[in-house]
Amino acid sequence: MASGIRLSKLRKTFGSTEVIKGVDLTIEPGEFVVLVGPSGCGKSTLLNLIAGLETVTSGEVRIGEALVNDTPPRDRDIAMVFQSYALYPTKTVHENITFGMQTRRIPHEAQQAALKEFSKLLQIDHLLARKPGQLSGGQRQRVAMGRALVRKPEVFLFDEPLSNLDAKLRISMRTEIKKLHQRLGKTVVYVTHDQIEAMTLASRIAVMDNGHIRQFGPPGEIYEHPVDLFVAGFMGSPPMNMLPGRLRRRDGSLVFEPHGAEAELHFPLPSEISDRLDAREGAELVLGMRPEAIFAAGTELPGPNRFVFEKTVEVVEPTGPDTMIVFSIGETELIARVRPEDAREAGTRFRFEVDLSKAKIFDAKSGQSL
Amino acid sequence: MRQRSIGGIVRPKGWHNVLMRGSLFLVLGLFCLYYLFPLIVMASTSLKSLAEIREGTLLSLPRAITFEAWGKAWDSACVGVRCDGLKPFMWNSVAMAVPAVLLSTTLGAINGYALTKWRFPGADWIFAMILFGAFIPFQVILLPMARTLGQLGLAGTVTGLILVHTVYGLAFTTLFFRNFFVGVSDGILQAAKVDGAGFFRIFFQIVLPMSIPAIVVTVIWQFTQIWNDFLFGVAFTIGDSNPVTVALNNVVNTSTGVKEYNVDMAAAIIAALPTMLVYVVAGAWFVRGLSAGAVKG
Repeated sequence: MASGIRLSKLRKTFGSTEVIKGVDLTIEPGEFVVLVGPSGCGKSTLLNLIAGLETVTSGEVRIGEALVNDTPPRDRDIAMVFQSYALYPTKTVHENITFGMQTRRIPHEAQQAALKEFSKLLQIDHLLARKPGQLSGGQRQRVAMGRALVRKPEVFLFDEPLSNLDAKLRISMRTEIKKLHQRLGKTVVYVTHDQIEAMTLASRIAVMDNGHIRQFGPPGEIYEHPVDLFVAGFMGSPPMNMLPGRLRRRDGSLVFEPHGAEAELHFPLPSEISDRLDAREGAELVLGMRPEAIFAAGTELPGPNRFVFEKTVEVVEPTGPDTMIVFSIGETELIARVRPEDAREAGTRFRFEVDLSKAKIFDAKSGQSL
Repeated sequence: MRQRSIGGIVRPKGWHNVLMRGSLFLVLGLFCLYYLFPLIVMASTSLKSLAEIREGTLLSLPRAITFEAWGKAWDSACVGVRCDGLKPFMWNSVAMAVPAVLLSTTLGAINGYALTKWRFPGADWIFAMILFGAFIPFQVILLPMARTLGQLGLAGTVTGLILVHTVYGLAFTTLFFRNFFVGVSDGILQAAKVDGAGFFRIFFQIVLPMSIPAIVVTVIWQFTQIWNDFLFGVAFTIGDSNPVTVALNNVVNTSTGVKEYNVDMAAAIIAALPTMLVYVVAGAWFVRGLSAGAVKG
């Protein structure tokens, strides 16, 4: 049975800078948790605290039931895969993989059996006699995974393991990591700055910013119900459109009036949102709309809470399956995701349709979702 | 340089460039000759007989090559009152240089490793203090060191000299290894810690095999320094425990009427040979170490 991890009131300071500012996180056994956030948000430090490669300033780190604050990495029953792979350059692949078992004095036969099992699984069994310098990036990545896997620890820690690979390899390794997790069922904590990696791999995502966890939840929830502007802006590519404006009452119902827009451009809010905002008339708000919630008028089945408006196409960016159309409302640039056949050239007028039932409203000052 | 590494260079063509290249090589050749000249004179003089030296000039090549002077310099030239040649003093030097090089290199490697990879409060400060040792002139420590050796009962012994060279070399060896280990990725150390290895296991099994270039540089540097040292040798040893540099000085200064230039020259070359040997042997390793390190882990 895999072990869970519990962090409580965890803090870490380097000199006078506080990097982790009181993190509480409970990871269930067997879960795949991804820590995601911009560089410098403290996600790697948090991982190092779990690994025992950094000392805890205050708070608790528990793996399974044990308090491990003062336990060195080797006694924590963890394995770690590093961004730089960190293979031992003077050792062969074979020695790299078995080093951890050697230091633990695991019997030779057991070492060989584990080596055989995992080198086959990772398809590196033909590379065992080589040195890391003679391997390609993808092969090194596999060796690093093998080194972590052979010891069969309860917890795996991944520190941006795919960021040094080229785009194609990254996607296939991503799938393999997910398969491995499903097969082994161990607890995984995975750090990345790539939100797509986070979405595809995680059973739950922790979005970090500036030493805090902003939101912790399943990928769908993070994507559909971001708690604040930071999470909304970080997850999703292209990012969510953020339109600043004001709440107004028109003909008895609440509408969202973007700053700097023409008078007729005001977004009627669906009742489930406006009910919550009744008392906030005139407040400064931000309307968040995912690019896929804005499309060419009339190309989707009709539904409630649609709003059609016309704007000039500024830039067209085909991606293959979809085409991104950039346009502006007031000072703000927005991106719509349309089908390639619906796209028009830059400079032409275009009728957009927005599905407001998927829109989010945020407080402009606090950034909180309303 | 190997054919492969110069084959790909695109060079400008034309008589002008040929002329420039020609003059470049001419100048380089002249410098080369200038530097080699003393060695050529020494080697050729050492192969002449005394009669030939008296008749010919300094620059003339030996007519009849004889190794008599070499033999004499090795085991029968008079050093002071003792006439056994340089042989016993060579062994003194070996017995001093080998342990001193090994000790100072090993300790320097451990120092550099601890200072960069197992950071502790005050590590930078301690490194600055060690580095300061590299700037202390030899002369300053002569008297305090003589007193220390006397207290330890090591005055006038080869063991004492080993201690002096090890301590004095630590500043340099620590500097070399510290600068090398700064470039070794911390990730490898972290991986090894997660893999369950401790301070010395990581040092001997992971870090040391990676640092062959640094080891070679340090060994060359330390061996040259210690072997060629004259001041510590003359100050802290007496008579039979002299290293070869001091003995060489005594060979040249011990005259029995006739100045035996051929013996002096042969003795000087013999005293210098081990350092040249270290350059040649370790130099090959050095290049190999560099190219092995060039492949990224």
